[in-house]
Amino acid sequence: MRSLRARLILAFALLGGLTAAAVAGTMYVRARNIVLEKAQSAAVAAFTEKVGRMTVLDPDELSDRDSAGMILRVGRPPDGSLGLDVPADLRTRVLGGVVAWQRVIDGGQPVLVIGMRVSDVEFYTSRDLGAEEDGIRQLALLAWLIGGCSLLPAAALALVAARAVLRPVRELRGAAGRLGDGDLGSRVEVRGADELAAVAETFNAMADKLAKQVADARRFVADVSHELRTPLAAMTAVADVLDEEAAALTEDAGRAARLVSRETHNLTRLVDDLVEISRFDAGSAVLTLDEVDVAAAVSATLRVRGWSGLETDLAPVTARVDPRRLDVIVANLVGNALRHGAPPVTLTLRDEPGRVIITVADRGPGLDPAVLPHVFDRFYKADTARTRSAGSGLGLAIARENALLHGGDLHAANRPGGGALFTLRLPS
Amino acid sequence: MVGAMSQVLLIEDDPAVREGLHLALTRQGHGVRAVETGEQGLAALDGVDVVVLDLMLPGMDGFEVCRRIRATGTLPIIMVTARGDDMDVVAGLEAGADDYVVKPVQPRVLEARIRAVLRRSAESTGATDVERHGELEIDRGALVVRRAGEPVALSPTELRLLLELSGAPGRVRSRQQLLEAVWDHGFLGDSRLVDACVQRLRSKIDSDPPRYIQTVRGFGYRFGPL
Repeated sequence: MRSLRARLILAFALLGGLTAAAVAGTMYVRARNIVLEKAQSAAVAAFTEKVGRMTVLDPDELSDRDSAGMILRVGRPPDGSLGLDVPADLRTRVLGGVVAWQRVIDGGQPVLVIGMRVSDVEFYTSRDLGAEEDGIRQLALLAWLIGGCSLLPAAALALVAARAVLRPVRELRGAAGRLGDGDLGSRVEVRGADELAAVAETFNAMADKLAKQVADARRFVADVSHELRTPLAAMTAVADVLDEEAAALTEDAGRAARLVSRETHNLTRLVDDLVEISRFDAGSAVLTLDEVDVAAAVSATLRVRGWSGLETDLAPVTARVDPRRLDVIVANLVGNALRHGAPPVTLTLRDEPGRVIITVADRGPGLDPAVLPHVFDRFYKADTARTRSAGSGLGLAIARENALLHGGDLHAANRPGGGALFTLRLPS
Repeated sequence: MVGAMSQVLLIEDDPAVREGLHLALTRQGHGVRAVETGEQGLAALDGVDVVVLDLMLPGMDGFEVCRRIRATGTLPIIMVTARGDDMDVVAGLEAGADDYVVKPVQPRVLEARIRAVLRRSAESTGATDVERHGELEIDRGALVVRRAGEPVALSPTELRLLLELSGAPGRVRSRQQLLEAVWDHGFLGDSRLVDACVQRLRSKIDSDPPRYIQTVRGFGYRFGPL
């Protein structure tokens, strides 16, 4: 029994059932005693009075013909006129001189047998208790029925109580799930001041702290990136000078100059990408939509970067997108395919109602299934031992952020024939 | 063509960046005057062909410098946005910058932008006739625009945009087409350059609602029809 709801309902039902059984049982026993005792004392009183009237006569003249009983001389065996056996211990007590009675079962019916002794005569009579027994049985039935009926409202109450408890629990679970999925704004509503409200408050406080820590970490990355930009700006400005003069330097100095120039550009790109991703994290990335000839824009992306030799299949599509961000996405996808995949790289553009779809595929080994879920992670390296690649390690993460900013998505998979396949969907 | 010795005023507070850009621009054949603050920059505008302006300056910030240069003349301004921040770009363009580059600046990119704005100032269309559009007089030969007979001071970029649009009245031009024709940005330019320049142009020659430069929602801009 793992569900809290089921446990609560069971507990309420048990409670209701036990209470009903206890009340009904007590009532039954009590009512039964009262009814039987009343019937007994009435019968005994009537019997003694009747016997009192009879004993003024000569015992020999006594006849049991009109007394629905049995009259015996002391010591004689019962003559059967009572219609049932007198229990031996009852007779013993009667012979001892007391008015005695006992309930016996005769033919399945409860019968009260009463006896008394006046001098040397024993008097016995019987009284059918069937009517009282019926009444008691009905009483018992009624008690069980009422007890049974009370189970329904008990179960209903249990449901209500379970819902009252479970709703906040369910909300908490949902909020925790969203938080785990990276929604740092996930909070629960605090209702009332009970234990569940305390849990909700604790959850919210935890989420606040977590959000603050993440924000601090991200701000730190953004700040560091900005700080790095100023020295990089100076280095970038003169890196070309190093390249241009490298040929005139000694061989070692020339190589060193080219290395510094190249790595300055790589570092610049890394910092640019860090600043870009920080902007997404801070929520300050803005979409500047324009009516764009997507095929022309994609072609321009390839042309500007000097990428040729791709297989392209571009349908004439116009869409409302941010052309700069589209450029970033396509450049990152194609650049990634050229670096990590094998040629030919295929680029397709087609439109469906309400959206445009761009795919970039290569014929390389494809993506390891273990890598696939992490392709868009920042700085994710498929092989931990792999050396630094030509990319910043942020390209695909940035591409995906740009797709999401458009209200679209970016998906990675493997082609059936081998090679990685990236599918970009943007609302048109 | 662009003169071999165009004068660039570089306003940049960071000494290393200033020195680096000074070196790069000098090697590309420009005369460079490099200053540290906006105040120094405003005092050194004489004989300058183009201003390269860092937005993040101590004291008077780049936006204010931009506005003051615009208030007194039509000197082309290329701003350097330290953060590449979208808000900075929009604010800088509204303050009157003609174009922008993002820090860290690639000297080749900056050079291309400088050449583009200088070409806008220098090129004549070769036409000699004077066009009239309502109250507006456009002298394509002398590169002068008058509104109700009064000359309007337009920056080279604003003038080029007006010439481009008014050259084919009634025809819709997309932002990308305008970026290519006026800014030499190729296909991947920032369409906010166009929007900001249209706003400035309207504030100088147009009425509200706009008569001359009309927005065609979802497509771009159109001159007239009047």
